[in-house]
Amino acid sequence: MTPPGQYALRLIGLATLVVALAAMSLLAGKIWFSPADAWRALVSGAPDLGGVIVRELRAPRAVLAILVGAGLGLSGAALQGLLRNPLAEPGVLGISTGASLGAVLSLYYGLSAAIPLALPVAGLIGAALTALLVVALARNGGTIALILSGAAVSSFGGALVALALNLAPSPWAATEIMVWLMGSLADRSWSHVMLAAPFVSVGAVLLFASGRALDALSLGEATAESLGIRMGRARLTVVAGAALVVGAVTAVSGAIGFVGLIAGHLVRPLVGFSPSRTLPAAALAGAALVLAADIGVRLVPIGPELKLGVVTALVGAPFFFLLILRARKALP
Amino acid sequence: MTLAAHALTVAIDAHTVLDAVSVSVAPGEMLAVLGPNGAGKSTLLAALAGIAAPTSGAVTLDGRDLKSWAPRDMAAARAYLPQNGALGWPLTVERVVALGRLPLQGLWGEARAAETLAIDEALDAMDARALKNRIATTLSGGELARVLLARAIVGKPRVLIADEPLAGLDPRHQIDALTRLRRMADDGRAIVIAMHDIDLAARFATRVALLSDGRVASDGAPQNTLTPATISAVFGVEARVGADADGAWVRLLR
Repeated sequence: MTPPGQYALRLIGLATLVVALAAMSLLAGKIWFSPADAWRALVSGAPDLGGVIVRELRAPRAVLAILVGAGLGLSGAALQGLLRNPLAEPGVLGISTGASLGAVLSLYYGLSAAIPLALPVAGLIGAALTALLVVALARNGGTIALILSGAAVSSFGGALVALALNLAPSPWAATEIMVWLMGSLADRSWSHVMLAAPFVSVGAVLLFASGRALDALSLGEATAESLGIRMGRARLTVVAGAALVVGAVTAVSGAIGFVGLIAGHLVRPLVGFSPSRTLPAAALAGAALVLAADIGVRLVPIGPELKLGVVTALVGAPFFFLLILRARKALP
Repeated sequence: MTLAAHALTVAIDAHTVLDAVSVSVAPGEMLAVLGPNGAGKSTLLAALAGIAAPTSGAVTLDGRDLKSWAPRDMAAARAYLPQNGALGWPLTVERVVALGRLPLQGLWGEARAAETLAIDEALDAMDARALKNRIATTLSGGELARVLLARAIVGKPRVLIADEPLAGLDPRHQIDALTRLRRMADDGRAIVIAMHDIDLAARFATRVALLSDGRVASDGAPQNTLTPATISAVFGVEARVGADADGAWVRLLR
């Protein structure tokens, strides 16, 4: 096992990486800033173009990237611990599909164009309704019931999203929906941050509080229960935490694939596989991944801007191949 | 602390797995639960541990119904080792054993020195100290069984309930483990184990409960319960029993 000192050092290392990428995220883009200029723009409040770009575009985008990445990494790792399934990811409960469906409906009915923030709010409502539906379906059941309910609700939500695309009033509306579904942090503002942050924070507290239960669960449900863990309560806490986090981040960013699946796997060899130790590390790794991908999106010089969700999946999948090749022998 | 089942009935769907079972184990006792496959041993142990809920009847620990115990207090007082110990993650042996101390720890864990000491003692007791830094998922079945038993005793529980802890152990480690468990009983702990080896039960247990079809066929001191007549009735096997300087023995014939 990684000794506690070494574990702390590795967390500090990951946190440093996140800070460095966040700083980079302020500097990089069509217009590059020197660190000194960016710092001045950040603290001076001057209404010139540079100040506005850094304060109103890039800073909220960087903060949102951290929220989204950390939220997805954390909930993915927590769900993998709860379901004892390395393939679990935030989408497994159907919450991200629910959030997508809410957002898509607001695009479909033109609400998002008429009312500011209608889209993320509709996403949040979609996520909340889906979470309730999944929990109601899996009520009194165990882990498998939860996975199945999530899969059922998720495919139904997916079908409804497809239906909205199918019936879209105009090709333009269909394109708008598809583009949103690809996930992006472009053109987000501080109000998006303000909308997502409270839900992500409360959800994160619930997930971190489940660390002990997830540790005990590595020995199976019967043993965990015999160790004093109330399984029903632990399951509900993780599902509620993940629903809050994933619902909020999907509502503001669209579907960002792979981060939730891969963040935990990236850090486990570093921090020693114990679920409670994986959680903070996976949150940091998720934040770093999304920050890096979002910087990459801005720098790739091709025609239409690449969407963040496309890039995370494109970069994440091959990385996942590598991890499987390296780890397949040690996996249970 | 005495652990007791009072007219315990457990039904799963329409099938009655345990039918009005009453057994108890007091401090200083090591109760071996024996019986053929499907007799209800695992369900009895799970119910004694508070994991399987009684359909009727009750289980008491220290005279109080398990339902009135706070899960955390119960976890600190008794340890339960279920039969199929599967690991979710490739944790080190040290980490696996440490999980047995969760009920004793506060929100921020416990002093590292105390934890390490307890882990080393438990691993020594199961002759598994050399495995401490191995990844538990890479161990052999018998090695893992010893590690999981170390996990169960690392919190020094007053009551230990272990479901076939000897499965997969080689003869020396079976005898080692039973000697260790018997010594824990002699130290004033109450121990319940489900097992299949009638001969070892006759030698090490202070009491034996024979289960057959969800009922207690016989319960008492090994020399009274493990007779050719009961063994034939419960297992359908002819046996010869005896005792010599090394203790009681049972030989299964046909």
